[in-house]
Amino acid sequence: MSSYLFSRLAQTIVTLFVMSVLVFVGLYMVGNPVDVLLSSSATPQERMEVIRAFGLDRPVWEQYFTFLTKALQGDLGNSFIFNQPALDLIFQRMPATLELAFVALVMALIIGIPLGVRAGLKPKSRISRLIMTFSILGFSLPTFWIGLIMIMIFSVFLGWLPASGRGDTVNLLGVPVSFLTLDGLSHLLLPAFNLALFKISLVIRLTRAGVMEVMQLDYVRFARAKGINEKRILRVHVLKNTLIPLITVIGLELGSLIAFAVVTETIFAWPGMGKLIIDAIGVLDRPVILAYLLITVVMFSVINLVVDILYSIVDPRVRLEGGSR
Amino acid sequence: MSNDAKRKVASVHSEDALVAAERILPLKRTLLALVRDRVALAGLIIVSVLVFIAVLAPVLSVQDPYDLAQLDIMDGRLPPSSTSMTGTVYLLGTDDQGRDLFSAIMYGLRTSILVGLVSAAIALVIGASIGLFSAYAGGRVDALLMRIVDIQLSFPAILVALIFLAILGQGVDKIIIALVVTQWAYYARTVRGSALVESRRAYTDAARSMALSDKRIIFRHILPNCVPPLIVVATMRVAYAIMLEATLSFLGIGLPVTEPSLGLLISNGFEYLLSGDYWISFFPGITLLMLIVGINLIGDALRDILNPRQEG
Repeated sequence: MSSYLFSRLAQTIVTLFVMSVLVFVGLYMVGNPVDVLLSSSATPQERMEVIRAFGLDRPVWEQYFTFLTKALQGDLGNSFIFNQPALDLIFQRMPATLELAFVALVMALIIGIPLGVRAGLKPKSRISRLIMTFSILGFSLPTFWIGLIMIMIFSVFLGWLPASGRGDTVNLLGVPVSFLTLDGLSHLLLPAFNLALFKISLVIRLTRAGVMEVMQLDYVRFARAKGINEKRILRVHVLKNTLIPLITVIGLELGSLIAFAVVTETIFAWPGMGKLIIDAIGVLDRPVILAYLLITVVMFSVINLVVDILYSIVDPRVRLEGGSR
Repeated sequence: MSNDAKRKVASVHSEDALVAAERILPLKRTLLALVRDRVALAGLIIVSVLVFIAVLAPVLSVQDPYDLAQLDIMDGRLPPSSTSMTGTVYLLGTDDQGRDLFSAIMYGLRTSILVGLVSAAIALVIGASIGLFSAYAGGRVDALLMRIVDIQLSFPAILVALIFLAILGQGVDKIIIALVVTQWAYYARTVRGSALVESRRAYTDAARSMALSDKRIIFRHILPNCVPPLIVVATMRVAYAIMLEATLSFLGIGLPVTEPSLGLLISNGFEYLLSGDYWISFFPGITLLMLIVGINLIGDALRDILNPRQEG
């Protein structure tokens, strides 16, 4: 177990390093941030001063080394635009994104699992076919366009739900959250559902496949032969064993929800870190771009690791091994 | 006696015929099965019509939507099926600059399909080569390559695309690069998987025992048998690439304004949506939706027909 953790840690560090070099050198080659920092009326002298102040006159490897030294001390540099530490900016906005992603995940499970079970138990019924058609649509619908349509219907035409922003927030353990106020909830509903849509389809398909597979296994037949009622079979024998593979996928999907929140946040003007990165890319705010990517890589690695460990706990047949899987 | 011989000859002949038929049939059989499946046929028709429209965009459109001389700002934001002062009928309305939306959609469809196909094709060639090489090399090389594939696939495509577009900037070539980077790993994994399965089959052993060269075994025996699952993965991936490109363009980091795809058209209409002018975003979105649903329907049917041993 500890050798496993160690190898995973090493892998994460290598990924982080490769990613930071790639992005750093890449950004270094494309744009000159001086143009972003200065107004067009700046004199060449002012220009030189700014270049020197930010260390932009140094060779790229030296700049990277400076960046790396500072990064290891927890300083990823100041945003060119906001003139605040990039890390602070991201941590300020992270709660909003995480809340959105979590609510979307919960929605996907609450809606997806029952529908998936229904479709798996009676695969030939009309309702089940309807559910499956919906899931194919969910895969094919461009999420961002559905977001627009939802705004059009629920905000513009019906006027039921607000189209943008986060609404009232309450501090929960020092972190502002929306889901505890009525206004916040109304703001959360559309974006969270929009983000969840794709995952609902996925959960439906996975649950259905799992249920159909487990229903044919001997122990389910045996439980039936013993005369155990169908509800108990479903709850104890079928669901438990269906949910195990679901955990892995769901865990990994949390990461993808955080990444795809970029799109949803842009549409619903949700003040999360996805919106921040899109704006940062637009103005080539290097420190923010780098900080966002590094933090996301760390988050992903942690999520993947937790999922793997959880999986080995729920399903003892799975052994964690150091190195290759 | 002679009857027996005749029968033998006949049976040998029919076996030959069978073998010959087997060699020509797969493509034809797949197509036939596709056409017989009603849902797949619907997908096939939708996609064909859209591709037809995209290819013939310059002929079918009432104006060149990107020739500013043909645009009249007075015609801006006209609702669907309005008539301009010069008598042109705007079937799907116009955008804020008085551009006929139907023409813009046809041109946008062109860009979207082109970007999707080209990126998928490049990713397929690169990914399949790496997958094949990985399976052939085995051992540490294989483990390392598959580890890279695993790591890459553990990151959502949109994040990888964001990184590359942040570095590369905007442009058709750049978004194609970003899409290739996000997709090669799927092809690599698929091909490597089926290549390993095929290399353990009896016919590969037979080929080896006939002392055929590695090259011949790989390209004549193993690769062709990796094609069915590859086709299924490729169909799904093209749809995904088109959707991803539209998403990125919608976010304003994909294609430049000079080369508008469907995603950019939708994004243009976004600000007018809130004031109730729905059509500028709505129709490009419906087109995108039909394209993606169409491709996915074909892909779904192909998966059943070709029954690949694993999914991408």
